[in-house]
Amino acid sequence: MTTTEPLLDVRDLSVTFARKSGPTVHAVDGVSFTVRPGETVGLVGESGSGKSVTSLAVMGLLPRRGVRVGGQVLFDTDDLLTLPRDRMRDIRGRDIAMVFQDPMSSLNPVVPIGVQVTEVLERHQRLRGDKASAAAAELLSRVGIPDPTRRLKEYPHQLSGGMRQRALIAMALACQPRLLIADEPTTALDVTIQAQIIELLKELVQDTGAALVMITHDLGIVAGLCDTVHVMYSGRIVESAGRRELFAEPRHPYTGGLLASVPRLDAPRGAPLHPIPGSPTDVLRWERGCAFAPRCPNRLDACTDGPPPLETLPGRRLRCLNPLSETEEVPA
Amino acid sequence: MTEQTSASSAEDVLLSVRGVEVHFPIRSGVLVERQVGAVKAVDGVDLDIPRGATVGLVGESGCGKSTLGRAILRLVEPTAGTVTFDGTDLGSLAGEELRRMRRQLQMVFQDPMASLDPRQNVQSVLSEPLRAHGVGGDHTARVRELLDLVGLPASAANRYPHEFSGGQRQRIGIARAIALEPQLIVADEPVSALDVSIQAQVVNLLEELQDRLGLTYLVIAHDLAVVRHIADVVAVMYLGGLVEQAPSDDLYATPLHPYTKALMSAVPIPDPAVEDTRQRILLQGDLPSPADPPPGCRFHTRCPFRQPTRCDDERPALRTVEGHPQAHRVACHWAEDIEAGRIQPAASAVIEPDPAPDPDPAATT
Ligand SMILES: Nc1ncnc2c1ncn2[C@@H]1O[C@H](COP(=O)(O)OP(=O)(O)OP(=O)(O)O)[C@@H](O)[C@H]1O
Ligand SMILES: Nc1ncnc2c1ncn2[C@@H]1O[C@H](COP(=O)(O)OP(=O)(O)OP(=O)(O)O)[C@@H](O)[C@H]1O
Ligand code: SF4
Ligand SMILES: [Mg+2]
Ligand SMILES: [Mg+2]
Repeated sequence: MTTTEPLLDVRDLSVTFARKSGPTVHAVDGVSFTVRPGETVGLVGESGSGKSVTSLAVMGLLPRRGVRVGGQVLFDTDDLLTLPRDRMRDIRGRDIAMVFQDPMSSLNPVVPIGVQVTEVLERHQRLRGDKASAAAAELLSRVGIPDPTRRLKEYPHQLSGGMRQRALIAMALACQPRLLIADEPTTALDVTIQAQIIELLKELVQDTGAALVMITHDLGIVAGLCDTVHVMYSGRIVESAGRRELFAEPRHPYTGGLLASVPRLDAPRGAPLHPIPGSPTDVLRWERGCAFAPRCPNRLDACTDGPPPLETLPGRRLRCLNPLSETEEVPA
Repeated sequence: MTEQTSASSAEDVLLSVRGVEVHFPIRSGVLVERQVGAVKAVDGVDLDIPRGATVGLVGESGCGKSTLGRAILRLVEPTAGTVTFDGTDLGSLAGEELRRMRRQLQMVFQDPMASLDPRQNVQSVLSEPLRAHGVGGDHTARVRELLDLVGLPASAANRYPHEFSGGQRQRIGIARAIALEPQLIVADEPVSALDVSIQAQVVNLLEELQDRLGLTYLVIAHDLAVVRHIADVVAVMYLGGLVEQAPSDDLYATPLHPYTKALMSAVPIPDPAVEDTRQRILLQGDLPSPADPPPGCRFHTRCPFRQPTRCDDERPALRTVEGHPQAHRVACHWAEDIEAGRIQPAASAVIEPDPAPDPDPAATT
């Protein structure tokens, strides 16, 4: 077990959106997790479970109007949630960088890739002129963009989706961050390109010692990449564990249900799939009980009496009153 | 047995595709439009779909899967080749005959919301195909039956598409496709827009309906695990052409084409024990443009097994390989040598498993 101090310490983070009509949305609700230097942490969950809002809150990128953010986000010793805007801007880009699912949204469409990468280098590494251009070409080649000197002159729309995502990763690396947050960085890409990008991220973490937070709905990606995994459902963490423990022995019925419902490439043909009944929209508000209760095969009456607490077990956190037993076989 | 040459082989083939091409013209010119080239979206495909079977079509974005599916249903006119359905050449049909044949061939789309009219309630969505094909009378009973088949309550009939979840909307799309009791359904990415926890519901529904109604499926998907699960036969497409075709079990047990090998090794498997011990074959670069496909083997620009001869100037045809079932066909000049290990992939393309993953396991908080 490592004793390293966490690099990022998210404590009891909550985010609510006020809406003109209807009740406020509790998008993230009491989320706590840590990231140590060099560690790769996975946040998994379905659409709407609060993964992106969590990362945007950490990055200080949520809109201000109508949004309430509570809790603490400690980076080194600073609470990023209370930091003045200009200090936050410095940290973002220098210490923490983010890669999004849609690289187009983070690239300026009317500025050549090279200029965009060079700007980051000038700002964060104080390189100038030819030195900056050479370093930019070097970075593009580092992330696997062929013919980087030519590519530097191209505009984002001239690159393929995979190349754009590489360019974005190059920009994220240009500031030599200590923490990289990747929000579904490969979801829009083909599986062969996804494999290239995941391999690239793995190498970068190994070579630079940066920590990585990987946000995805794909359990397969998490299985091969992350040290620690947090499973989110409807804004809260329902289970956290090391990846081996989590996959070998899922305890939360939602985690187990997900694993039993996704087809595996290596499963024998005809192996039945066991879907989770209902849909992610059939949720209970956490104040009233377990949000997963309407879909849960293990539900007890007590599950809808109030919110189950997140309990700490050896090597695991678990929010469930009637978890899968430790030896229980997940239906395969 | 000899090479299968026509639809009249031993198997009962419902749909047979021969030499199908779909080339979209690229035009330019301000005053006088000229054709300056063509996007070869589908470029010479042969495919048989046995009656009652599920054929899976996989490949990367832009390789021509949807266009092939649309050409089969004649939603786009093939620029060459024939599509024979139940013995009839669809290209020879027009007007009323074509319309009547269309009842037999239906499509399920990826995005159920985009394919449903938001102003129509479910009753009207499901009775529309019945009306269009002149099925008279009151459709209420039939709609209720259809809803029941796809696992929705009868009360769904009076509701509108936006009142349903994604999975339920896909059920409505499937109900619409089976309304006219078709024989063949082309399902284009039927689960890829759905949340992971409900994809299995729709996959199971498709399988159940096949058993109950004797349907034949062409399932188009980029997710190999889904296709492996659902399909009896899998066809792998690359840049407009099929590179390998085999019974599902054979394909997954012994992929023969370098592209299939790479594709399969790229699919993540939700099991750390497997992930930590897998060898991966990484491809270089992106899919080339179908407007300007590489000569020779379409895959040679990215192929880790590429050889100095033949690959770049001779287009390999789908063929059988000694020691594999007749139904397993591959379009690679070097399939035998690759399988025997006489040809190895470029070292730079191979990622060996990390011998010591997690040397320093992080503590959970
Ligand atoms: N700007 C916003 N205003 C109002 N509600 C929002 C806003 N952004 C997100 N939400 C809501 O917060 C919840 C969590 O959204 P979030 O984007 O974090 O989900 P996610 O887990 O990233 O899902 P996905 O996999 O679809 O990206 C959702 O219910 C969403 O509708
Ligand atoms: N109507 C059209 N006119 C011109 N080009 C087209 C047209 N339809 C498709 N194409 C092109 O044909 C090629 C194949 O497209 P298609 O949609 O069949 O691919 P696909 O395999 O279904 O991809 P995806 O997985 O992204 O759905 C692409 O390059 C596409 O841009
Ligand atoms: S023919 Fe050559 S380039 Fe094509 S797949 Fe086979 S080895 Fe690779
Ligand atoms: Mg998101
Ligand atoms: Mg398509």
